[in-house]
Amino acid sequence: MAKEYKTLKTEIRLPYELSYGPVWTRFFEGMREKKIYGTKCEKCGRILVPARSFCPRCFVDTNAWVEVAQTGKLTAWSYINYRYFGMPTEPPFIGALIRLDGTDVDFLHLLGGIDLADLDKVRGIVHNGMQLKAVWQEERIGHILDLEHFAPV
Amino acid sequence: MGRAVGIVGVGQTHHGKRMEISYPDLVREAVVRVFEDTGLSPRDIDGVVSGTMPSMMEGIALTHFYFADAMQAVGKPILKTETCGSTGVSIAHTAYYWISSGMADCVLAVGHEKMNEGDAQATMTTVVEPFYQRFFIAGAPGVFSMQSQMWAERYGIPQEKIREAAAHISVEHHEAAFANPYAHMKIHVTMDDVKNARLITYPVRLLDVCPTSDGACAVIFMSEEKAKQLGRPVAWVKGVGYRGEEYFFGDSDKGVWQSAVGAAKQAYDQAGIKNPRKELDVAEVYNPFTFQEMLFYECFGFCDLGQSPDLVLKGVFDRTGELPCDPSGGTLCTNPIGATGLVRVAEAALQVMGRAGDHQIAGAKLALSHAMGGVDQFNGVMIVGSEL
Ligand SMILES: [Zn+2]
Repeated sequence: MAKEYKTLKTEIRLPYELSYGPVWTRFFEGMREKKIYGTKCEKCGRILVPARSFCPRCFVDTNAWVEVAQTGKLTAWSYINYRYFGMPTEPPFIGALIRLDGTDVDFLHLLGGIDLADLDKVRGIVHNGMQLKAVWQEERIGHILDLEHFAPV
Repeated sequence: MGRAVGIVGVGQTHHGKRMEISYPDLVREAVVRVFEDTGLSPRDIDGVVSGTMPSMMEGIALTHFYFADAMQAVGKPILKTETCGSTGVSIAHTAYYWISSGMADCVLAVGHEKMNEGDAQATMTTVVEPFYQRFFIAGAPGVFSMQSQMWAERYGIPQEKIREAAAHISVEHHEAAFANPYAHMKIHVTMDDVKNARLITYPVRLLDVCPTSDGACAVIFMSEEKAKQLGRPVAWVKGVGYRGEEYFFGDSDKGVWQSAVGAAKQAYDQAGIKNPRKELDVAEVYNPFTFQEMLFYECFGFCDLGQSPDLVLKGVFDRTGELPCDPSGGTLCTNPIGATGLVRVAEAALQVMGRAGDHQIAGAKLALSHAMGGVDQFNGVMIVGSEL
C-alpha cells in the first residue's frame, strides 16, 4: 500500500449581490406579469431575448422594447440524467434552446410538460422544430424560474 | 507573422488523481521535466506565462504568484493567461506572441490544474451567465450534448450511426492511452461497454466523457536563433488562430461552430495549409466528449459537414488512419483543464520532433493542436511543423 498523505479541509463562502441594472430589472418585472421582453437592435434589426442594453454584434444601444411571443420552436435539447451542482430540478430534466416566434436568437430554458421517466418515449415526442409554449408558475418573484418550462403545444 | 518561434522541449506530470502531492510540487514536477528534457536551466528563461481554468478550482487566487517558486519565475516578467478550457492553447499563444514580437528569446509556458482538490462542478457553474442561464446548463455535458444534438439533427445523421461512431472514438482513444505514459485513464473498453455505460446527458454516456484529472504541463518556446543553437529537433510554430463568440448561449449557431471554423482558418492561412486532411500528419483535437470531437473534424475541414461519422467508422482518424487524431488518448482520457490545451500543443510538438515514443505517428511533420473554452464560446488552434 502506498503511504497516504494528509490533506487540509478548508472552505470559502462568498456571498454576492449582483446588479441587474435598468434593462434586466425591467425584464424581470415583466416576468412577474407573465411577459417576456426583448429589445430590438435598430442597426441589424434583430430582436434579442432576453432584453439587452446593447446589441452584442453592432455595439449600439438597444432602446426599442418589444414583448415577444410566448410560443416558439425547439432548436436543440439535452436530456439531463445526472445531478449537477446548482440545478433547480431533480434529474431527469431537459435543457432546451427555443427560438421564440419573431425573435432572432435562441432562448435557453427547460422543456417540460411531458413524462420524462422513459428516454425512449421522450425521443418519440421531442424533436427539433417542434412547437412549444411558455408555462408560468402561479407564484412569481421576478426570476427566470417564474417560467416553469416550455411545453409542447 | 513576426519572428519564427519554436518549441524545444516539453515536460508533463503523470496525470491522474494526485492527492499524494501538493499543488506547487505538482507544478514543479512538470517544470523540472522540461528543464531535464531541454538541458536548459531557469537562468535561460526570459519570461514565464502560466494559467489554470479558473483559479477558484483550487480556492487559491492568482496561481501564477502561488507557483512563482515552482516555476522559477522570481526576478522575471510573469504573466497569467486564463481562457477557461482553451487556457492551455492561449498560454502557448502568449509565449508565441512574446517571442515572435522580439520582446523575449526564451519563454517557459506552464498549464496546471488540480481538479480533485475542489468542487469542479460548482466552479464550472460560475462560468455560466448568472441571471438567465446558469440554472439550465448542467455543466459541460449539458452544453455539449445540446450542441451535438443540434449538429446531428441538422445534417440528418441517424442516431444509431452517430452512437456507433462515438463508441468507436471512445474505444480507439482509451486503447491509445495505454501507449502514453502520462495519460490518466488506462482502461480497456469495448463498443458495448460504451453503448451501455450510464447515461449522463443524452446521447452522452459515461465513457463518452473525460475524467477529472490533476496534472501540469510545461513547454519551452524559443526564438529561431536560440533554438537552432541547441542542435536538437524543434517543433516550429507554423500558424496560430483564436476566435470567440457572443457570451449568451443561444446568440450564435453552434451546429456549425464558427469560432472553431475561424480559429482553424486563421492558423491554416498562416501555415499555408489548403487541404488539412491531406497536409496534416496528426491532430490533437480537444475532445472531452466523443460526440463533439466529430463536430470539430468538420469545423476544421478534415471532411465535409455531416460526413465525420462515416469517416470515423472507416478508421480515417484512427492511429493507423489517414489523419490520426489524438494518438495520445486525448482529452477524453486525461483532462486537468488548465493544462489540457498545453498538453495538446506538447503532444503535437513531440509528434513533429519524432519524440512521441510508443504513440509516435511515423514520419509526422505537420500537426494541429486545439482547445476550446467557455459555454461553447471560444476556440484556439496552434499548428507546429518539423520544418521552419
Ligand atoms: Zn445589431
